[in-house]
Amino acid sequence: MRDPADSTARSSAAGTIASARRSRLAAFLDSDLLHSFLSSRLVVLAALVSVLIVGAAVLAPLIAPHDPYDLKSLSLLDANTPPAWEQGGDPNYLLGTDDQGRDILSTILFGTRSSLAIGFCSVLLASALGLSLGLWAGYVGGRVDTIIMRIADVQLTFPAILTALLIDGVALAILRHHTVEGGKFSILVLAIGLSFWVQYARTVRGVTLVERNKEYVEAARLIGIGPLKIMFQHILPNVLGPVLVIATINLALAIITEATLSFLGVGLPPTEPSLGTMIQVGNKYLFSGSWWMVAFPGLTLALLALAVNLLGDWLRDALNPKLR
Amino acid sequence: MTSKSLLKAAAALLVLALAGSTADARGVKWARSGDALTLDPHAQNEGPTHNVLHLIYEPLILRDRTGKLLPTLAISWRATEDPTVWEFKLRQGVTFHDGSAFNADDVTFSLERALQANSDMKGLLTFIETVSKIDDFTVHIKTKGPNPLVPNYLTNLFMMSKKWSQANNTVTVQDYKEKKDNFAVRNANGTGPYVLVAREQDVRTQLRRNEDYWGKGEFPLGVSEITYLTIKSDATRIAALLSGEVDFVQDVPVQDIDRLEKTPGIKVNFGPENRTIFLGLDVASPELKSSNIKGKNPFADKQVRQALNMAIDREAIKRVVMRGQSIPAGVIAPPFVNGYPKELDRLPKVDLAQAKALLQQAGFADGFQVTLNCPNDRYVNDEGICQAVTAMLAKIGVKVNLVAQPKGPHFTLIQKNPPETEFYLLGWGVPTYDSHYIFSFLYHTRSGREGGWNGTRYSNSALDSKIENLAAEIDVVKRNAAIADIWKALSEETIYLALHHQQLAYAMKSELDIPVSPDNQVHMKFIAAK
Repeated sequence: MRDPADSTARSSAAGTIASARRSRLAAFLDSDLLHSFLSSRLVVLAALVSVLIVGAAVLAPLIAPHDPYDLKSLSLLDANTPPAWEQGGDPNYLLGTDDQGRDILSTILFGTRSSLAIGFCSVLLASALGLSLGLWAGYVGGRVDTIIMRIADVQLTFPAILTALLIDGVALAILRHHTVEGGKFSILVLAIGLSFWVQYARTVRGVTLVERNKEYVEAARLIGIGPLKIMFQHILPNVLGPVLVIATINLALAIITEATLSFLGVGLPPTEPSLGTMIQVGNKYLFSGSWWMVAFPGLTLALLALAVNLLGDWLRDALNPKLR
Repeated sequence: MTSKSLLKAAAALLVLALAGSTADARGVKWARSGDALTLDPHAQNEGPTHNVLHLIYEPLILRDRTGKLLPTLAISWRATEDPTVWEFKLRQGVTFHDGSAFNADDVTFSLERALQANSDMKGLLTFIETVSKIDDFTVHIKTKGPNPLVPNYLTNLFMMSKKWSQANNTVTVQDYKEKKDNFAVRNANGTGPYVLVAREQDVRTQLRRNEDYWGKGEFPLGVSEITYLTIKSDATRIAALLSGEVDFVQDVPVQDIDRLEKTPGIKVNFGPENRTIFLGLDVASPELKSSNIKGKNPFADKQVRQALNMAIDREAIKRVVMRGQSIPAGVIAPPFVNGYPKELDRLPKVDLAQAKALLQQAGFADGFQVTLNCPNDRYVNDEGICQAVTAMLAKIGVKVNLVAQPKGPHFTLIQKNPPETEFYLLGWGVPTYDSHYIFSFLYHTRSGREGGWNGTRYSNSALDSKIENLAAEIDVVKRNAAIADIWKALSEETIYLALHHQQLAYAMKSELDIPVSPDNQVHMKFIAAK
């Protein structure tokens, strides 16, 4: 836990900060967190897989052999090509092509990129919204608290995917005649973000309720610091731990939700496939023997979700003093 | 419930129980990708909707699988001495499912109902002046001019009970475009071979054989119960057939035909459909809402339409998307149709360089953006076709934003007035087997009874009067010459971009034998049980 005096110390000489940073790095290298991370092979493996997939996705435009979003480059005559090692395969298309002639490998790289981008952005949105509302509810209390928390309770009674579908549907209906570049991306971020904020708000509110009566908060209030500053500068750092854990687990959930929405046909359009869209398309060809269309994107999604989930689980356990 | 109707219900139950114990009883679970849009017999002129309605309701005349006109609720018809008056003799002793008798009042009521403003069938009845009852089993239809094709237009016109409609407040046709509802949308009372038992829109429709059917003994009627299921996902639909959960799949995805043919216990029947798949373009609005070009409508320029036509590789669509199950087309008339212009059914040569040059001449050297609306549960691989077209048009700089959705909302976009789509995929089947049906629905200015499916906003008064004159031309030679003339004029306009004539495959358990009909209408009463 950070000492409230820390913030006053910030105004002192820059040299002290630098040395504090160095000592913090040293403290991290020596910490329980790193130790527990390195002691579990599974977690290290999960981290490696996540880094690999995220890295490949980020670098997609550089490393992908084809640009699957460039419709000009598609040729229908290359469609349904099996993976290179199968009979009839083409070394140009390592993992084969889909029903429109898109290279599966490149599409997976680009699709993971969209899936991850939507996942990250919606987790950011959900956590920002949840954090602010939770802090507000917890710190101010009273009627504000009641209203925010009852809304949260109502939303909790619906599965997140249902809320996401609802928001997605409404947004699409409104935007039906106005096609905005990247509009679908924002709609998905909004839909997924708005369906996951509740967990953050409840957790943050709980911690805030405890923190707001602590002496450092009272001291801050006594010297006349405004409530906004107290909330965000003094209480916030103390609730970040649990928020980080929720965010990691939510990232996997958000990616799966995006895939589900795309699978149901309300996500990213078929011309800009994400992992979910690819699985939906491949699913049509399950019985005709074109297994590669669904197998590779499915495997990628499963691996990614599993790895991120494992990391999230580990983080939760590592940060929970009761489990140590 | 009165004691009389209770008695009837008990009797019906007894009959059902007896029927269930006989050897010929066979239930068929029948899966399609999309459901009937409504059960109101006159609200939608759409294949799958009619497919379900044909089980419950009947027209005066039915077109059988071979294209022959079969007396159904009418036993005979003829043009009288006055060639503008047609006489229909009705079948006696026919009852509706509620037990009431069928007579001429129901015919005049049904035809008049089908002429109402909300009716989607009115475009088939443009020739009607008046309908009158002569006696209980004779009806006269007075036409606006002599029309030799009157019987052809009646094969999908279902007869409702006047009394039932009045009692249930369904005298007015459902306004489908405005998402209105009425009693006839969910309930049905026809004279047909099957009785509606239960229906859940887009999920399942349960029907049982009508044991009081007039055609008992005349038709095989081997299927005693029908469960009509909507299974949208291709893989799920085929999995259901492979696992034995359903008996018959009417919309077989082309990629699964090979596998199904190799599976023991499953049979696949093939046949051409009387239907052409094409793209419609908004050729008349001052600007396209979905385009980045403002103040100008690229599609209004014939050169642009020709450029698009040249960029689409129909042979590639046939080979890859349709896996051979299509005949690439240059006109939107299927070969079954009278007046089919064979010499015009040539494929435009795929020529990207010339297409680009045409776009440049039209002032769109950098291409333009537009939204393409596409159904995803109606035609064979409809969404796949749209995706392929999207990629082909990208090659000449036309950036297509593809919106694929189920047929219900998709068709509404085309039928709304003014239409809410500027570029769309549609397939048009021709139940009358005559070109006039295509002209009247797809090319005539949208007004009154005509142009109901013309989403292109195309309007040409000279053409309109030519189309109207067709309806009154009885000299077959002259009439066919006029049809040829219209097709020629239209082919120069390129209002629609024809893609292909659709081929069909039905898959079923091998103990069933359901042949493909060019109408893609499965009349279960003709099916025997083994």
